[in-house]
Amino acid sequence: MSILVNQKTRLLVQGITGREGLFHAEQMILAKTNVVAGVTPGRGGEWVLDGKVPVFDSVKMAAEVTGANTSIVFVPARFAPDAIYEAADAGIPLIVCITEGIPVQDIIRVRSYLDRKGIRLIGPNSPGIITPGEAKVGIIPANIAQPGNIGVISRSGTLTYEVLYSLKKAGLGTSTCVGIGGDEIVGSDFIDMLRLFEADPHTEKIILIGEIGGDDEERAATFIAKSVTKPVVAFIAGQTAPPGKRMGHAGAIIEGRSGSASDKISALQAAGVRIAEHPEAVLHLL
Amino acid sequence: MRLHEYQSKQLFSKYGIPIPRGRVVSSADEARQVADELGGRVVVKAQVLVGGRGKAGGIRLAKTPEEVENHARQILDMSIKGLAVHKLLVDEGINIAKEIYLGVTNDRAVRLPVVLASSEGGMDIEEVARRTPEKIIRTYVDPLLGLREYQIRDIAVAIDLPKDYWRVFMGIARGLWSLYVECDATLAEINPLVITKEEQVVALDGKVIIDDNALFRHVDLAEMRDLSAENPAEVEARKYGLSYVKLAGKIGCLVNGAGLAMATLDLIKLCGGEPANFLDIGGGACAEKVTAALRIILSDPDVAAILINIFGGITRCDEVARGIVGALSEVKAKPPMVIRLVGTNAEEGRQLLADAHLVTAETLEEAAEKAVELAAGGC
Repeated sequence: MSILVNQKTRLLVQGITGREGLFHAEQMILAKTNVVAGVTPGRGGEWVLDGKVPVFDSVKMAAEVTGANTSIVFVPARFAPDAIYEAADAGIPLIVCITEGIPVQDIIRVRSYLDRKGIRLIGPNSPGIITPGEAKVGIIPANIAQPGNIGVISRSGTLTYEVLYSLKKAGLGTSTCVGIGGDEIVGSDFIDMLRLFEADPHTEKIILIGEIGGDDEERAATFIAKSVTKPVVAFIAGQTAPPGKRMGHAGAIIEGRSGSASDKISALQAAGVRIAEHPEAVLHLL
Repeated sequence: MRLHEYQSKQLFSKYGIPIPRGRVVSSADEARQVADELGGRVVVKAQVLVGGRGKAGGIRLAKTPEEVENHARQILDMSIKGLAVHKLLVDEGINIAKEIYLGVTNDRAVRLPVVLASSEGGMDIEEVARRTPEKIIRTYVDPLLGLREYQIRDIAVAIDLPKDYWRVFMGIARGLWSLYVECDATLAEINPLVITKEEQVVALDGKVIIDDNALFRHVDLAEMRDLSAENPAEVEARKYGLSYVKLAGKIGCLVNGAGLAMATLDLIKLCGGEPANFLDIGGGACAEKVTAALRIILSDPDVAAILINIFGGITRCDEVARGIVGALSEVKAKPPMVIRLVGTNAEEGRQLLADAHLVTAETLEEAAEKAVELAAGGC
């Protein structure tokens, strides 16, 4: 069992004929994902990946023909909001956006629109979702994770890989790993994912990987204290980052005192969450 | 991208927000000339991209053209929080009766645009927000509807604005909202918005920050970037799509992914070292990009050792290894380095490094420990 993606996922890849889209569509198939369609406007009627995946001109057509229930967006930043609106209007209930560098006001509008339709967005600037052995919707390398009972939620990409890999080396497995994205404003937050993991009978423990900036971790701490019964372990990146410096992710900036790692760590500790000193130390706390 | 005060005011003016008469200059002579044109009292303001200009003596009132010239000369010689002053704004003097705060920004927690307003604008607005948060009026805006007229009226009432000023305030708030939306600002604020003794409303000072990710659709705004106010290595890094921040320590770091890069810096500190920089090469970097990144680190005289940590996903470790070997072939004296490659094509990458006799590490912790040791041995 798992959250969000599994064997029933019927995946549509937006931007499937692009370099990234095509490469990762193949990787997702190798990770047992049911990739049913691709969309690239103007390329409808073609087949890609040795004739395994049909390409359509629009999401609507692709969804009607193939029954796709999840979409992944590999479209460049300036066209990505439109791709998300298109998937939403075609009635796709789960949209995962890998694209990084989307203007924040675009995402505020996208999210507001999707919220009204009850459609779930993961990302943007997300490495995606993996349920090892069942499905991978994103770019997380499949060989660094194995099936298990630990749920992982993260704002980061490669830092998440680091944690998954150290779990695997220690013989531990993952139920589902979700990268919610590193941007200032994203479609789904820690609380949304904590709620799903809490309800998933096969997730027994949860790892939360946060970083400086914003107050997502603090709000997650409040939610954990009130509504999560499963043990949670966390790592927060940026503990030594100097204030006022932007550290790459749009989200990772400390302004004044709010958003600092120490504030997040004390909030999480107060909610009973154990904090790892570094990413490889997470597994010792499980 | 943060704009200077004079640039922010140019935008205000474009969106119908009244600003004081004035001009930006870069010499004391020009400052005097502008003062002559304006006549009467003027204010000379340092244009630097840091807060606290006033408290540092970078904003001065002058009554005569001679005084203007003197102040201008002194301020142009100043450095404010480490930044040299290259430009001055010379504005007409304003008789302040009341100071208001008005700003639009994104609220991360609520994920909506928010208009902030206060009847107690001015230099101490942050203090007001801390001590008396109820004096900051927050109005959330539906991003698909935009700021509505009734919301602006509600704000006017909440900040006790006399009815005589409502009409002009509505125009200013509408203008600021349009600026925020059309320029893709992450912050557009007027502080203070002044009511003068002559009963005029003027944006005396302001700050606009533009979303870097949106600059592709704002060529005119992108040209406003003031490179002289930034660290040259950081400017160079941006050219290659690298994210680089100079820090105070001795261990140069090259990592893929912002979160992992921050975690790597944390681990160096935990092991007793000090990072010399944050450097994220991003996802899917090619050998050329890695070479450029390493070149930036190698040109930093503070660097005594280098730690390279790559977890290959989109990024291929053999590409990274090729970039490293490429950069090293260009330099004679090189600091010791530890390299850790995991993930996509790591085997091939490690072989390339072994052929070039470079030190590798297995785990992140081991890599950080080795780097700290090497840096300590190097001094």
